[in-house]
Amino acid sequence: MESLSGRPSTPGEALRNAFLTTFFVFLVAYPALDRQLHLGAMGSMNPILIYVILALGLNIVVGFAGLLDLGYAAFFAIGGYTAAFLTSPASPLPFRADFWLALVAAWAVAALFGLILGAPTLRLRGDYLAIVTLAFGEIVPRVFLNLEGLTRGSRGMSPVGRPHLPWIDFTANGPAVEQKELFATDQVLWYYLIFLIGALSIFIIVRLRDSRLGRAWMAMREDEIAAASSGIDLVQTKLAAFALGASFSGFAGSLFASMLQFIDPFQFQFDISIMVLSMIILGGIGNIWGVVFGGVLMGSFNLILTDRATGWLHGLGGAIGLPFLQQADLASSKFLIYGLALVLMMTLRPEGIFPSRQRQAELHAGQPAEAPTAVEAS
Amino acid sequence: MAAILEAHRITKRFGGLVAVNDVDFFIEEGAIASLIGPNGAGKTTFFNMVAGLFRPTSGSMRFRNREIGGLQPHQIARLGVGRTFQNIRLFGTMSAIDNVLVGMHSRLRASPLAAILRTPGQRAEEARAHGRAIELLGLVGLEERREEWARNLPYGDQRRLELARALASDPTLLLLDEPTAGMNPQEKTSLMRLVERVRAQLHLTILIIEHDMKVVMGISDRVTVLDHGQKIAEGTPYEVQHDTHVIEAYLGRAAVTPRANGSA
Repeated sequence: MESLSGRPSTPGEALRNAFLTTFFVFLVAYPALDRQLHLGAMGSMNPILIYVILALGLNIVVGFAGLLDLGYAAFFAIGGYTAAFLTSPASPLPFRADFWLALVAAWAVAALFGLILGAPTLRLRGDYLAIVTLAFGEIVPRVFLNLEGLTRGSRGMSPVGRPHLPWIDFTANGPAVEQKELFATDQVLWYYLIFLIGALSIFIIVRLRDSRLGRAWMAMREDEIAAASSGIDLVQTKLAAFALGASFSGFAGSLFASMLQFIDPFQFQFDISIMVLSMIILGGIGNIWGVVFGGVLMGSFNLILTDRATGWLHGLGGAIGLPFLQQADLASSKFLIYGLALVLMMTLRPEGIFPSRQRQAELHAGQPAEAPTAVEAS
Repeated sequence: MAAILEAHRITKRFGGLVAVNDVDFFIEEGAIASLIGPNGAGKTTFFNMVAGLFRPTSGSMRFRNREIGGLQPHQIARLGVGRTFQNIRLFGTMSAIDNVLVGMHSRLRASPLAAILRTPGQRAEEARAHGRAIELLGLVGLEERREEWARNLPYGDQRRLELARALASDPTLLLLDEPTAGMNPQEKTSLMRLVERVRAQLHLTILIIEHDMKVVMGISDRVTVLDHGQKIAEGTPYEVQHDTHVIEAYLGRAAVTPRANGSA
């Protein structure tokens, strides 16, 4: 793994690197661990990794370019529906494409919609931008819900094209099965497929961050007026952030639809936008590896822990003889716990678990981040 | 010599307030010109019109024979106008060298795709840019601090870094908005020496806004005085210093005609 900041590392950074390397190894080895320890959480880990890809994309918009986007799930939906339109028998299109083609197409279509959303919000910042993106996040699933002729509305679209893997030998599953496609039951293969696409996303994002465009994003986040006076075209730079940020949710959306073999508008509600935003805040806004860690942590909490905690609590209640613990149901208070954890986190460590150097400095200098005023172009 | 920047009857109104009123102005190529005047005289407004932050209400603003009145700040920067700000505006949580690299933005060409693929062309361009950035940091004496964050630099160094960032775009005209504000006399002298050295080395034309008369008079080829948005005097430092309108604007009428009202 590359050095996190590209600078000589301090002891603290070395520790952090060691931790994140361990975490990376853990992710690579997770399916084996899951099997050995009978965790049975593969079914949850796969969507968690998909949410991590979403978080990586959102991190471009919010973390690098400093544009608050509360409707990011809209692009997730657009990516998913693009894949479904191109591959599902339920699609109104006259042809069916291969999953891989659909994956690339979803990437491009999500980027295109990033531009479409970006264009009218160019002059907005902060709160105002957040409201407009929030609205966009509400509109998109509703459009998919109401375009019943095309999307089958609330009945959803199913099945969705599966990834074709001709080079993998499936005969191990049993001689009778001669499949060359990835089914939902091939959880380990799905895991590594998502993992690879996530790794590809990280590769692309790291290189973008360290490029002319990445510097322009951060300069714009720091001070729009100074950035413009340094020759940065704010319009272009913002649009690039929206488009490239959205594009990765195209990956996430098509993987999600194909893995579940089903897509409906309710998979892309507001809470997804908020969860993904929480992932990057928890992990450390702007820091790619922090976002990955925060994403896995938050996802595990949301998808695994809250489901199991009830069982553990019942077990504990039985063991120590407290009947009220035996009857507690944490599933219904999932969001309460989730909210409490976030509040706690923001109080104790507002910069996230692995903050980018920027955030850490801002939050520990005892002063709020300076909000640059909008460029006057009257 | 030819004028590099020419303002003709330039006016900027904010609602009922006329910040800059019908001002004619020009700078010859290679000169150091200063814009002085009391607070609120319209100096920074004039500056912001040159740099594209404000669009002139009327009049024309020409840079190298090209009308720049309605252009955006980044377009003007690309044409070769670099600037610093009265209240330092660095990218605080980026390193010194990244600040300079951002300044180079308009001189770099590599596309995002080239950056993702790290094409030989992109790598060579980045290497050249880094080399040039280190050179510029060396020029302002910040080579050793290149990895430090802009916000962690001492005040004087921040001013120098802002200068290096402005130079990174290879400007032909450099706008300095109160470059020595908040500095002690020693720092002022050393910064102004730096400005002169930079001008000679990079063949720049420089326009300075300054409060400190000593700074202005020592360095300028030509001084323009604004008061209440109007140009009240223009000429060599000596001429301006002895202009009654200027003395009046700075010190009040009594200083010019001490006995006119018979006061003691």
